[in-house]
Amino acid sequence: MTALERSAWVVVCERQDLVAGGGVCALLGNEQVALFYLPQEDCEVYALANRDPIGKANVLSRGIVGDIGGQLVVASPLYKQHFSLESGVCLEDERIRIPVYAVRLDGDSVLLAQP
Amino acid sequence: MATRRIVVVGNGMVGHHFLDTLVGAKTGDLITVIGEEPRPAYDRVHLSEVFSGRSPEELAMGSRKMYSDWGVEAHFGDPVVRIERAAKRVVTGSGRTFAYDRLVLATGSYPFVPPVPGADNERCLTYRTIDDLGAIKAAAKGSSIGVVVGGGLLGLECANALQNLGLETHVVEFAPGLMGVQLDDGGSSMLRSKIEALGVRVHTGMNTQAITGGSACALQMEFADGTRLDTDMIVFSAGIRPQDALARDAELAVGERGGIVIDYKCKTSDSDIFAIGECALFGGRIYGLVAPGYRMAEVVAGQLAGEAVTFQGADMSTKLKLLGVDVGSIGDAHCRTEGALSYVYSDGREACYKKLVTSADSSRLLGAVLVGDCSDYDTLLQYFLNDMALPADPQALILPASGDRPQLGVAALPATATICSCHNVTKGDVVACIDAGSVSLADVKSTTRASTGCGGCSAMLKNLFDDELTARGVTVDRSLCEHFSHTRQELYHLVMLGEIHSFEELLQKHGRGRGCEICKPAVASILAALWNDHVLDRRHVGLQDTNDNFLANMQKDGTYSVVPRVAGGEITPAKLSVLGAVASKYQLYTKITGGQRIDLFGARLEQLPAIWQELIDAGFETGHAYGKALRTVKSCVGSTWCRYGVQDSVGMAIRLENRYKGLRAPHKIKSGVSGCTRECAEAQSKDFGVIATENGWNLYVGGNGGMKPRHADLFAADLDDDTLIRYIDRFLMFYIRTADRLQRTSVWLDNLEGGIGYLRAVVIDDSLGLAAELEQQMAHIIGTYACEWRATLADPDKLKRFRQFVNSDESDSGVVFIQEREQIRPARPEERLRLVAVSE
Repeated sequence: MTALERSAWVVVCERQDLVAGGGVCALLGNEQVALFYLPQEDCEVYALANRDPIGKANVLSRGIVGDIGGQLVVASPLYKQHFSLESGVCLEDERIRIPVYAVRLDGDSVLLAQP
Repeated sequence: MATRRIVVVGNGMVGHHFLDTLVGAKTGDLITVIGEEPRPAYDRVHLSEVFSGRSPEELAMGSRKMYSDWGVEAHFGDPVVRIERAAKRVVTGSGRTFAYDRLVLATGSYPFVPPVPGADNERCLTYRTIDDLGAIKAAAKGSSIGVVVGGGLLGLECANALQNLGLETHVVEFAPGLMGVQLDDGGSSMLRSKIEALGVRVHTGMNTQAITGGSACALQMEFADGTRLDTDMIVFSAGIRPQDALARDAELAVGERGGIVIDYKCKTSDSDIFAIGECALFGGRIYGLVAPGYRMAEVVAGQLAGEAVTFQGADMSTKLKLLGVDVGSIGDAHCRTEGALSYVYSDGREACYKKLVTSADSSRLLGAVLVGDCSDYDTLLQYFLNDMALPADPQALILPASGDRPQLGVAALPATATICSCHNVTKGDVVACIDAGSVSLADVKSTTRASTGCGGCSAMLKNLFDDELTARGVTVDRSLCEHFSHTRQELYHLVMLGEIHSFEELLQKHGRGRGCEICKPAVASILAALWNDHVLDRRHVGLQDTNDNFLANMQKDGTYSVVPRVAGGEITPAKLSVLGAVASKYQLYTKITGGQRIDLFGARLEQLPAIWQELIDAGFETGHAYGKALRTVKSCVGSTWCRYGVQDSVGMAIRLENRYKGLRAPHKIKSGVSGCTRECAEAQSKDFGVIATENGWNLYVGGNGGMKPRHADLFAADLDDDTLIRYIDRFLMFYIRTADRLQRTSVWLDNLEGGIGYLRAVVIDDSLGLAAELEQQMAHIIGTYACEWRATLADPDKLKRFRQFVNSDESDSGVVFIQEREQIRPARPEERLRLVAVSE
């Protein structure tokens, strides 16, 4: 990893701050990022924008996660639209897509890539 | 006889389907496939989904491992460059040779790039392969404007891709309208206005003359009418041309405008060589859809297996979603058949356009165009494909739904009707599959392959499946969701009998996948009703709806409302003052609810624990307004004060509310107790209602206000206190055990076989011998009650979750309030913009 690449990753919290099978929200600069911790999945942690573009509120970290047709999703707690954890695409309206953040675990630290 | 050697040139979708079919036929042939692209076959139809997040790997259809398991020798990235017919072998670019007894050409097509000067610029791309996508993505990075040349099906898909990449997107079409092959003028202009509304700029009737380097952008397009268009990149998607160079060089017959000529056996002019898919010309026509290509593949594989099968041409009807717009085209969309009549329905407000083309006597459907609403496509296609007689007023088929609209039920379809055109599955095939013992839709899909291609027939297949099962007297699937093929009631029994204590365990034993927002809360509710663990236990946290998760009710802006329990609506002045003080301190909006309590709105997530600490210190407890649980027992003031009251309704209401508080159920439960027959507490609109009589209490059940009001039924009369409570215990537990997810008692009772009489038998006469068990279970729930907020405040681990950010103490800046009638309310979007502008 080059120095440049390393500096782009920011530790936002520790593994113990996450909720297994659910979401929490982290602040990355001024951006709200929803972090979903799914210990059984390949990636373990998924990061999406916290803003629900349909309900227009910062709530996605408080949605229920699951899968629809094998695709990992979070359901908005407001109006229940599903957003793919991997692509950010809204399953009910593919024209809507929310930002996805690069995220990884380094030991017990949770790192987000500074966009 | 030596083993036959079959060589397949091309590993696209059709080539792959051919291998799949031939291997399945177990002919014992030695099969070799040689693909030009560096990777095995993938789903080209859904290529554009890569731009909306699907990974290229997900599109894969074949793999090296799959082919090796099949015993197929596969070579990729080394294309065949020559067919030596005399020697019966093919030669690849690297000089390898492969001898064949039968050769199958599945070379597909290539994108047509008009011969315009400058079209060879490196920022001019095409759109057909995964590698093309990579090039488009790379070019888009440094671009702000993108042009797609071609307004056909592929061109619009590509425009969608460019939009997804964030470019200002233009579509340039030579013809006067979009999708001229599939749509008539009316449909085409409706499609145009719809996609223009999505921000795509459409230029039709444009003849590109030259592409030059631009000053404002990287490129500039010049058109025959003298106009110009600046752009940073161009993608050509102006149609396809059959990839017939190998055949041409080998002097096989090819069409005037390209395409390897084949007969109805898919044989080329050399009887040992077949051609299938988009490289083949049948009856003077190239079939540029995947379904006809699959048909050809099956015809060739069938012949090699010794069957007498032929290709008879294929229906080119199509239904798709372009840029989110539904578009359908069937048969003679342009009304070109002699004497044909057309019926047109166009709705500017809803932006949909529908046209029927019928025979001169209006008895048969010849074609149709649908834009903006494809809900009629399946029905119309069946009329068309099966040559079925149309109803007397065919226009009714496309007019907005009305009561007397003719319905084409799946039962009316002939056995020969095609259900799935991708895999050519008829209604007869599906019926035969069910006759052979398939009892699940998944079974039928995997056996017949219906609905595993484009998926467009999935709704019709499900209808047919349900219809057939019903006709056979089999109960139709009432699965909770895709993860559990059980009803809520069945899950309840599985949890109870299996003593299951977690969602994961239930999913592992009786479900599949990972769960969703439907099954998780439903199971959480069952677990709570049976075992009464704290809803915020670590293993249950992820199962709860946000309201249960944070023990408060989420409002539209992401803040919460707080409702402490005020049992029976009775509250002391001191406690009332506390509510006022807390609301003032945290600046909460305050409103009296219909259930005789006080709702405090506008609490931020991180404020909830402090607010509740104050409430609990003052003697309040949680009101479960957030849960599918008992809410309130409303009361009138009763005999204590009222001149007419005959019993102490407030006392009974408080007793009932405290007894059942926290009881988790399939839906919320409301109750009321009235002190006399004047019914001031509106008990007959409640799930269970109690009305005082001279001799005791009358019990009513199954009432509801709200969306579908229902008057409660009188269940039993003149009960003493203890009997009343015993009956309510049994009634509630029986409801919790047997109701569907989100089914209120009113609907449950309406659907209960035997109705109120049966319910009386179970609850009063104990006809099922369940009464003791139901009471025992209720006693367990009551005995283990704990205020969820009190427990949460005592547990630092649970409290940790009540913060907006894991890494900051800041509040959500998206929450903005303004004042109205001396209280706060959420700012509306336009107010929010103004506020932000002022504060900056």
